[in-house]
This record gives sequence, structure tokens and C-alpha cells, in this order.
Amino acid sequence: MRLRAKHLGLRLSTWAVLLFLHFPIFIVALYAFTTESSAFTFPPPGLTLEWFEVAWNNGDVRDALSLSLRVAATATVIALILGTMAAAAVWRRKFFGREAVSLFIVLPIALPGIVTGIALRSAISIGGIPFSFWTIVIGHATFAVAIAYNNVAARMRRTSPSLLEASADLGANGWQTFRHVLLPQIRPALVAGGMLAFALSFDEIIVTTFTAGNQQTLPIWMFTSLVRPRQRPMTNVVALFVVALTFIPIVLATRLTRNTEGTTG
Amino acid sequence: MTAPAVSLVGVVKRFGDVTAVDGVTLDVLDGEFFSLLGPSGSGKTTCLRMIAGFEAPTEGWVLLHGDDVTGLAPYQRDVNTVFQDYALFPHMTVEENVAYGLMVRGVDKSERAKRVAEALDMVHLGGFGERKPGQLSGGQRQRVALARALINRPKVILLDEPLGALDLKLRHAMQIELKSIQRDVGISFIYVTHDQEEALNMSDRLAVFNHGRIEQVGPPQEVYETPRTEFVAGFVGISNVVPAILAEALTGRAEAFTVRPEKISLHVTGAPAPNASTCDVGGTVVDVVYLGMFTRYAVEVAHDTTLEVVRQNLDAPHRERGLLGATVHLQWGRDACRYLSEGSTEENQGGEL
Repeated sequence: MRLRAKHLGLRLSTWAVLLFLHFPIFIVALYAFTTESSAFTFPPPGLTLEWFEVAWNNGDVRDALSLSLRVAATATVIALILGTMAAAAVWRRKFFGREAVSLFIVLPIALPGIVTGIALRSAISIGGIPFSFWTIVIGHATFAVAIAYNNVAARMRRTSPSLLEASADLGANGWQTFRHVLLPQIRPALVAGGMLAFALSFDEIIVTTFTAGNQQTLPIWMFTSLVRPRQRPMTNVVALFVVALTFIPIVLATRLTRNTEGTTG
Repeated sequence: MTAPAVSLVGVVKRFGDVTAVDGVTLDVLDGEFFSLLGPSGSGKTTCLRMIAGFEAPTEGWVLLHGDDVTGLAPYQRDVNTVFQDYALFPHMTVEENVAYGLMVRGVDKSERAKRVAEALDMVHLGGFGERKPGQLSGGQRQRVALARALINRPKVILLDEPLGALDLKLRHAMQIELKSIQRDVGISFIYVTHDQEEALNMSDRLAVFNHGRIEQVGPPQEVYETPRTEFVAGFVGISNVVPAILAEALTGRAEAFTVRPEKISLHVTGAPAPNASTCDVGGTVVDVVYLGMFTRYAVEVAHDTTLEVVRQNLDAPHRERGLLGATVHLQWGRDACRYLSEGSTEENQGGEL
């Protein structure tokens, strides 16, 4: 009896914590459909889909969305290429500073975004580089590379180096070995790492604040429109969209890395 | 005379301060089943990897059919390897694995399919082509790895302890099969193993490695019957070393020699009278190990010398077990004594430059 009571308490507190964490998201979702444009009453006086249309037709939102998608896609591609190359080097070669390279690549994840942001902003200013699409991409690539590297490196550690030797032994040159043996082995890691990097880049705000000029990515647009509460439900609509676009890749990426165990041998 | 299939000439390999291979010179003939036998860390696998091209020698040359390939990459060498962990590509089917060498060389599809079927038949895996390596047993993976090497019709196939992961029964079956496949295709096999029994029953010739050097090269029977060094005597089969003092008492010659356990006969009573062509020594049985077909006895003949004797279980074994502690006589022919000093005076092929 006492045991069951203890379990009940544990269960209730678990649900309470989960509710506390996720209820605000539910509120955001709910107020994307409200009929009020600026006031905030609970419960919403009525439900409507008109804000979806308003958001879709808003030029600023469209520009911001397009910029965010392009930044995320570019940063992801750069991250996958550099991350894979770095992981391969650390995996197969022994060189001076190998452990240090590994640490420095992963460091941006641990570093507070605000530090990365300030550092990058100073570097960009000192270098006299104009703030642009590319400065945002560089900012995002710092952590996207780390994610791609981590995923690919973990996968490579589970890949037997004798697979590469077997391929070379059977007459394949370096490129053929990469294409037919290594790439299929690390593909799940590339997809998972790519999706994670994309999702994180898409909703990044701190580093972006420091590396963007006049451009507004979607999160920055949301942040500024919260300060000026006109058409607040439209912001909620955009927020829902951001949630969907980051949530789905992360769920897929988690599934992908989970289901690829035990494929060696 | 045609050039050997593989020649190592004065090959040295150092990894930092460690000398893995310390001056190996070796010829493997065309169509020969050649084993590199030695304990782990003796340099045999490193030699194999230098023939394949995965490691570059620090000094010396590697020749394939007389051509210097020392500086060539693995994919430029006409040799194929069967890896210890098989190294099958897990994302490809058995067919795709076997066809890999032909695929990367641009052999067209119909030719590929024909040769894959041939190669799979040769290793008795017809009908397994659609499976993935993960769906095969260890023995089957082993066969796929062999087929993948055979299909390229290389000059030499290198095998790195390929049977190590298999259970005893399967290992025996695969030994016979490997040998018969090798005879059929007539390709030189270079076979790395630390299992002396495997090396003895498969090889045409074998090289015994120790500390990065070759101790002895020869056919199995020669290596077993006339070991040139104490190491070879001890590593290939069980060997009794009779120290110089005891040797002098037995034969009048003050030099250490070895004698194989199966050459010694054990007499509890009624030993024939010793003569000039036999050695005779008394001792106490200190250990009896029943091995099914045989029983192995350890007999202490001097306070620091114990000789091992193997006796076939012709009699009912329960009686033999009672020999523990008994006083017995050991006899063997003098021609069974191998004086270790004689080995080193003869020409020792490949041991040193």
C-alpha cells in the first residue's frame, strides 16, 4: 500500500514537472488562434484561422523566414563538410594536437552563446567585414560544425578501420572507398547531424544578434515584434511554425541514430 | 626458374622505438601454402600487412613476382587479403561484397554476375547472395571474405588468422576446406597464425617468427622433427629440453638437446636393457593428464628437469592414472635427440641477412 502511494506521488510530480515545462507552449499554440489582436484575456474570446493568412501575407515574416531557411541550409552544408573532414582526420590520422583539435571543435557548444557572439562581433569589426548573410552563416557554423563533428565522429569510432583497408585491398582508390564504403557507413550520422544542426541554426537568436547587420532572421523578427505588441497572434503563428520546423528534425534525428546500432560486421 | 610469388628482402619495420620486424628475408613460391607462425607480437602480421601494402617497410623491399612493389598503395598491388574480422561491408549484400573488387575495377555487370556465382559456388555459398553479412554465421562470413578475395584472381591471397573466431570443430573443417580450395585455384596463400597445429597441417612450408625475426623456414615435418632453435622446438609442438649436465650423463656429449614427448617410451617394469643407441633415465611421475586418445605424463628425472611423455591409451586408462608418484624408466633412441647448437651452424634461410 505504502509502495503504491509512493509511486503515485512520483507519478504526479513527474506529470506536474512535464506540465510546467510544456504548458507555456500550449498557450502559445492556443493564442495563435485567438480573435483578439493585442489584448490578452483567458480564455480566448473566440477562435479563428485568420492569423495564419496574415502571417503568410506579411512581407517581413516572409523575408525573415526565407533568410532563416537559407542561413540554416548553408550553415548545415558547411558544417557537414567541415565536420566530416575533421572527424575523418581525427579518426584515421595521428598528428600533433589531435586531442586539442577535437576539443576546440566541440567547444562552441559548451561556450555561452553570448561569449561566442561578442567574440565573433569583435572579430568581424576588427576585420572590417560588413555584416551580411555570410556573417550570420559563420556564426551559426561555429556550433553546427560541432554537432556534425560529434555525430560523424561517434559513428566513425564504431566503424572498423579494416573496412577501409579491405576496400583499398580490393582495388578501390580513395574516392571509391569514400563513396562505396565510408559514406554509406556514416550516412545516418550525416542525416542526423545535419537535421540537428539545421534545427539549432533555425531558432538561434543569441549569436545571430551579434553577427547580423540589418537582416532579421525569424527568431529575431519574433523577438522584436514581441516588444511592439501589434498583431500578437501572428507572432504566435510564427512561433508554432518555428516549433514545428525544429521539433520534427530533432525527433527524426534521434530515431535515426537510435536505430542504426549493430550494423557492423 | 620463375621468380617467387612474394619476396621480402631485408625488411625492417619500426613503430617509433619498437622494432616489429627486424630484418626478414623470405621467398614464397608460386602456388604454395605458406604459413607465418609465431606468438603475438612476433612480427608475422606486420609482415603480412607490408605485403598487402597497409604498412610501408622502414628498410628493405617487397617484391611480387620479381617486381618491386615497396612503394605502391594497396589498391595497386595484385594481392588480396582475408581479414581477421572478415571486414565485410555491412551495408552490402553477400553478392555486392564479393563483386566489390570487380565493381571498382569497372568490370561489366554480366561478367560480374557470372564470376560472383562461380566464387560463391567455390566456397559453397550458392544461394546466399541476397543476404547481408549480419545474417550469416561466423563460418559463412569467413567464406564470403574468401570468395571476395578469390574473385579477383590475385597472384597471392593473404590470410590474417582467419579461423581465429571460429569454434574448434568448424575450425578443423575450414582448415581442410581452405587447403583444398587453395589446391584447386593454385594461388599462393600466405597464412598468418599463432596456432602451431594449424600451421603444421595446412602448410607446404612455414616460417617460425620470434621477436621480429624468422627462426626457421621449412616444410612442417622438417620444422617439427629438426627444430633449429630452442624457441622453435618449444613453440612448434611440445618439446623437452635436456640440459647439458644430464645430456652428458645420458649420451656422453655435454650439450643441451630437445626430444619430442611422443619419441619417449615409458616403462613401469620390464624396460629393455639400454644399449649404445638408446638413452635411458629413471624418474618419478609427478603429473598425469588424461587427454582421451592420449595420456600425458610429467616425469621428474632430475631435481630441475621434468620430461613430458605422451602415451597412447591402448590399455584401460583407469590403471594408468594410478601411476602418479610411481618410479618409471624413460627410453628413447639417440637419433631422436636434437642438439640445438647444430641448428644454428647450418644455413638458416631468412633468419638474418
